[in-house]
Amino acid sequence: MADSGSEAIAVIGNTDLTPSESENNLKNTMVEKGTSLLKKMEISVAEAEKRTGKNAVNMQETYTVYLIETRPVDAASEGTNPALDSLWRRYSEFELLRNYLLVTYPFAVVPPLPEKRAEFVWHKLSADNMDPDFVERRRVGLENFLLRVASHPVLSSDKIFYLFLTEENGWKETMFETGFQAKADSRLKALNATFRVKNPDKRFAEMKHYGDELQSVISQLLRVRARAADRLYGVYKVHGNYGRVFSEWSAIEKEMGDGLQSAGHHMDAYAASVDDILEEEEHYADQLKEYLFYADALRTVCRKHELTQYELEMAVQDLTSKKQQREELATGTIRTFSLKGMTSKLFGQETPEQREAKLKMLETQIEEGEEQVKERNAECDEFVKSAWVDIERFKEQKDHDLRESLISYAIMQISMCKKGIQVWNNAKECFNKM
Amino acid sequence: MSGSVVDNTVSSGNSSAAIPTDVSGQILDLDEDDDLEVFSKDTTLTDGSSFNASMQTSPASMINQYKFEEDADTKDIFVTVDNPESHVTAIETYITYRVMTKTTRSEFDSSEFEVRRRYQDFLWLKGRLEEAHPTLIVHPLPEKFVVKGMVERFNEDFIETRRRALHRFLNKIAEHPIFSSSEDFKIFLTAASGELTSHKKQGPGFLSRMGDTVKAVAAAVRGVRNRPQEFTEMQEYVEAFSQKIISLDKVTQRIVREQKEYLEELKECGPTYALWSQSEEELAEPLKNVAGCVDRCCKETEEQVKNLSDHLIPVLHEYVLCADTLKAVLRRRDNIQADFEAKTEALATKKANRDTESKVLSLAWASLVGRSPEEVKQQKLKGEIKEMRDDLDKAEDRLEWANNALKSDWTRWQKVMRTDLRSAFVDTAERNVSYYEKCLAVWESFLHSQRTDAEGNGKVDFS
Repeated sequence: MADSGSEAIAVIGNTDLTPSESENNLKNTMVEKGTSLLKKMEISVAEAEKRTGKNAVNMQETYTVYLIETRPVDAASEGTNPALDSLWRRYSEFELLRNYLLVTYPFAVVPPLPEKRAEFVWHKLSADNMDPDFVERRRVGLENFLLRVASHPVLSSDKIFYLFLTEENGWKETMFETGFQAKADSRLKALNATFRVKNPDKRFAEMKHYGDELQSVISQLLRVRARAADRLYGVYKVHGNYGRVFSEWSAIEKEMGDGLQSAGHHMDAYAASVDDILEEEEHYADQLKEYLFYADALRTVCRKHELTQYELEMAVQDLTSKKQQREELATGTIRTFSLKGMTSKLFGQETPEQREAKLKMLETQIEEGEEQVKERNAECDEFVKSAWVDIERFKEQKDHDLRESLISYAIMQISMCKKGIQVWNNAKECFNKM
Repeated sequence: MSGSVVDNTVSSGNSSAAIPTDVSGQILDLDEDDDLEVFSKDTTLTDGSSFNASMQTSPASMINQYKFEEDADTKDIFVTVDNPESHVTAIETYITYRVMTKTTRSEFDSSEFEVRRRYQDFLWLKGRLEEAHPTLIVHPLPEKFVVKGMVERFNEDFIETRRRALHRFLNKIAEHPIFSSSEDFKIFLTAASGELTSHKKQGPGFLSRMGDTVKAVAAAVRGVRNRPQEFTEMQEYVEAFSQKIISLDKVTQRIVREQKEYLEELKECGPTYALWSQSEEELAEPLKNVAGCVDRCCKETEEQVKNLSDHLIPVLHEYVLCADTLKAVLRRRDNIQADFEAKTEALATKKANRDTESKVLSLAWASLVGRSPEEVKQQKLKGEIKEMRDDLDKAEDRLEWANNALKSDWTRWQKVMRTDLRSAFVDTAERNVSYYEKCLAVWESFLHSQRTDAEGNGKVDFS
């Protein structure tokens, strides 16, 4: 999980962490403070609030807004405490920002937003977007998104992003002025089109395949985990019945009464402990979900590469065919089948003037074509270069973060076991007094 | 099972000067020597009830005596049930269990015995003990057939669970001061199969048993008028206890079900992590490690579930059956009291009749004839009344004996119940602790491996 510098500890709220583990949590990001926005400002999504208002079709709707707080870093480190700047944003605005980033930086693996709707829920969790637990987890996810963007070597210097954080009004207008909307539409169309690339960069093909696998396996893991969480909840809660029955039984016993009664209390405590345990596990699930969505961002970049490569190949193909046409025209031989060629065969040759004109046109087209190929080649190279840099950065980040997630999962399990040991030892003492 | 079998031998014991064998046939199934020992210790323990004077000590105090002796931890008989084997005949297939006995008791011909017994034989023994001691509490046997879970009769787990329960049953009998001296118990432990079969054929015939059942039903219909408060309290306790223990049984079974379902889901987690590790490079090792950890936790959970099923549930289940046994015992005691009350009433009525008749008729006849058929009738009535009084006395004895037997066995049972349930729950708690400790170790080893790995690679600074 990304970190906001000296502020919040990572989301894993385990109070049983050893000091070294805590410290590790603080450092568990790939923040390159030297190059990113985070060097200059602290960012957090501090609160969430419900609002009601009229929407685009003039209907009443209830929605949630999130408070973004920023503060320049330097001033804070000098000991003075400058006022926090803050503004409210709703989820749809975050979505707009992300779309803008996707279009403007197609080579970047753009950090994902927390899920729009609650998925992979197990029965106790509400799938309702208004549910306070869901809102809280979304708040954390949105903060994480901002921190990730702010620590990205390229994205963090984007002006629109800066405005998103600092200008409550006028941000959207400035963004639309960049004209990204037009690009967005064509990008969407292109990405959804099917086309075959002849010479894709192998690395990107592999990355795309990896993205597919990652998405599939994390989905499966989240599903299985949710079902297991559901069942574990059941196991713990049924123990609460012991509490009730022991209590009732203790009422009819003389010597056994006390032991039974107190054992019953421990059974109640055991049953209640599962709520905290599973809430912590949700944080782990959120960390997995982030990478589930990251996999999609990764695949998008690979797809974009295919698109640029395809366009290059199309340009090359076009150029080649034009050159061939010129040759045929010049030498008079028809090697390629063309309607023009057939009709001229059938209805007679063209006049020398007509041929001259055509040749001239072709020359121009070939010149243009060569320009285009050069451009597209450069585009392709450029894209491959910057995309691969970001993919490598992403890989390192992913390896690091997921490893930390696994460690925090282990820590959670240890905490759960320790609680279990404590409860059952207590219960045993009570049983001994029976 | 009725209480009136006690009738015959007690009265014959009363009339004979020789003490032990007859009386003890019902109460203490011992040889002479041991009886004498008991009696010589017992003189101070006579509870001075309005019991028959020819009895040197009341049964209650004799029972108490044996309770003390047992508590003095002089366990002189050890019984085990093991080695189930299946037998196939033309008619049926059944299982026998090996029953081994080691004892220093003198009434046993040798110190070690090994026999094979089937479930039917255990049923027989239980029936005999209940017949002989209607108000003593016999530990329950495992049920004939578990219909609920559709368990196959010859399923391994079923046989093992049953074997354990049979073992517990025999040990409870051996630890009981009265039952362990039962002749039937001794024969059960020592007789060869053929001997046992022929011994089984003896005992009250079908007709006499029918007669007993009829009497019992009649008594039950009559109902008890003046049940002593302590037995009413006992009944209330048994009702409540029964409910609680049934609830505990159900809760525990539900826990087992939920844990099994949890296990099913958990079993898929490990393989998913393993699958993931195949797409990764740097992450492959930690992912495989996590997969291994999850799998190990699965194994521990599986064992945990088995423990609950094998240890806690059978004990709870036995006490559910115990509650039923207690209810039956209280019912039988009630029947004995009802019988006594009925006989009391009948005698009173007879006496009233006699008085009325004699008043009315003696005047009339005496004036006319002198000695008369009436006098003969009176003589006859007198005889009938004497018989009824004797009957009543026996019924009173039986009631007194039943009440005392129940009272002391009740105290005994409560102690045993407390010990059994306490140790079952303590055992369960210990197993749970052990389960969590094992899982804890699994995850700690994962953490440790990640730390050493990280420090080795210089990736993360744990300082």
